[in-house]
Amino acid sequence: MDLKDLYRDVILDHNRRPRNFGRLDPSDAQAEGHNPLCGDRLSVFVRLNGDRIEDVHFEGKGCAISTASASLMTEAVKGKSRAAVDEIFERVHTLLTRQDAPPSQDLGKLAALSGVREYPARVKCATLCWHTLNAALQNGATVTTE
Amino acid sequence: MSVASAAYPVAEQPLDAESVRRDFPILARNINGKPLVYLDSAASSQQPLPVMRAVERYETHSHANVHRGVHTLSQEATDAFEGARDRVRRFVNAASTREIVFVRGTTEAVNLVAQSYVRPSFVPGDEILITALEHHANIVPWQLVCAQSGCTLKVAPIDKKGELLFDEYIELLSPRTRLVAMAHVSNALGTVLPVKRMIAAAHEHGARVLVDGAQAVPHSRVDVRALDADFYAFSSHKLYGPTGIGVLYARAELLESMPPWQGGGDMIRTVTFEASTYNDLPWKFEAGTPHISGAVGLAAAIDYVEALGLDAIAAHEQRLLKLATAELSRIRGVQIIGTAAHKAAVVSFTMSGVHPHDIGTILDTEGIAIRTGHHCAMPVMDFFGVAATARASFGCYSTADDVARLACAVERVREVFA
Repeated sequence: MDLKDLYRDVILDHNRRPRNFGRLDPSDAQAEGHNPLCGDRLSVFVRLNGDRIEDVHFEGKGCAISTASASLMTEAVKGKSRAAVDEIFERVHTLLTRQDAPPSQDLGKLAALSGVREYPARVKCATLCWHTLNAALQNGATVTTE
Repeated sequence: MSVASAAYPVAEQPLDAESVRRDFPILARNINGKPLVYLDSAASSQQPLPVMRAVERYETHSHANVHRGVHTLSQEATDAFEGARDRVRRFVNAASTREIVFVRGTTEAVNLVAQSYVRPSFVPGDEILITALEHHANIVPWQLVCAQSGCTLKVAPIDKKGELLFDEYIELLSPRTRLVAMAHVSNALGTVLPVKRMIAAAHEHGARVLVDGAQAVPHSRVDVRALDADFYAFSSHKLYGPTGIGVLYARAELLESMPPWQGGGDMIRTVTFEASTYNDLPWKFEAGTPHISGAVGLAAAIDYVEALGLDAIAAHEQRLLKLATAELSRIRGVQIIGTAAHKAAVVSFTMSGVHPHDIGTILDTEGIAIRTGHHCAMPVMDFFGVAATARASFGCYSTADDVARLACAVERVREVFA
């Protein structure tokens, strides 16, 4: 296993300088995510315009994979409809969990997360933000990765 | 070296870790192409060959159910199981095997005391006092029983070194304090608590004391009578024995006064549909078929550590603790969490700008196993203002070379996150 496959420059960059970081005020929906295994928590804030995500922020403390994944997610879903968000998450999930996943197309920078699938213990780190976003879009709640 | 048959402490030689390592086959493994460096003994220690052979010998030669049948195997299994109990009794210097209850582990021992000692007799206004550096296993069972009985949980604070604030502990003791429960050694920080003084102070106030000894017995001699402990709990799998077996030591008079915890076979004397009478100590607390081979393995593990010498193990680990603390402290951004004057061989640390999980993953690619996370001690993490730490913990088979590889890999983390 080459560490550089996991900790790609895009990941390290988004970990060091997370985008869309901090509370979003006002926001239409928010949710908290919790990974009980490591104690990491993150919050996702969403402002909606009809069916579209007008703006999305996150805050919290987590490992490089969870922070970078959340940061990349906010960039990827901004301006997208709920259906489009579902579709992106589906493809990210496949990317993270399927060894035979085809080379990802159209995922843009999110494709940098593909190295995570070699580290099964870390997949939950990368998916926490997505589950939290889903919870926010479904009226806000606390989700855990368990 | 062969230590399988040495049942009594011998004059202690300095520990020869290289020779010890040959007893632990798993240490010869490669992980991710690198020789394994196992620095997670505080989570679960590895087993030496004499332990595995003792279990195998029992399973292949003597297994049957205990305390039942008249046939030869049942008698042999009973002898092995009760022999293991006596081995444990000598290990902790209990007065009688009546005071040695086999349980699944430390967690079950604490729950047994909560449900069988506290629950039937504590009333609203009574207090249970713990410390701020406890493992969840020494917090949650008390929360559960407080909710059931209406008693109150109090917490004695620690300072930024991870040491108990002894004066505040004394202040919290009162006639309302009916039970004090504390770790002998903190799993997250390595702090060794002054349990003997704490027990004496608790007894002055008429409180009983439970000591969670899970992290203490692998690193030091424990004498429950010298400590004057009322309850002392530990697990086999942190003492180089198998998982799934542990010990609750309790004073006979307390066990006599406590109702059974679980009902079933083995714990009864007579059963009718109207009422049952219970077995003698300690079997009153051992419902169902026990983990017989686990007890056999635990006894072999005790033979093993006593043959090496607990003082020799402690001295060896203290050298490594000092070395690891110095080596890690030199690395930019590394902060040691838990700097008590008296520590067991545990180094918890953080690195600025790097989450412990990333440290753990990178170390794993170097073949190094450490624990990362909250160590089942979330309140300790909250106190130090961190979500998690990386923790290296040492055992009798750890070496200075392990420490060097650890330090080198932590440097590598720094490079990846430069």
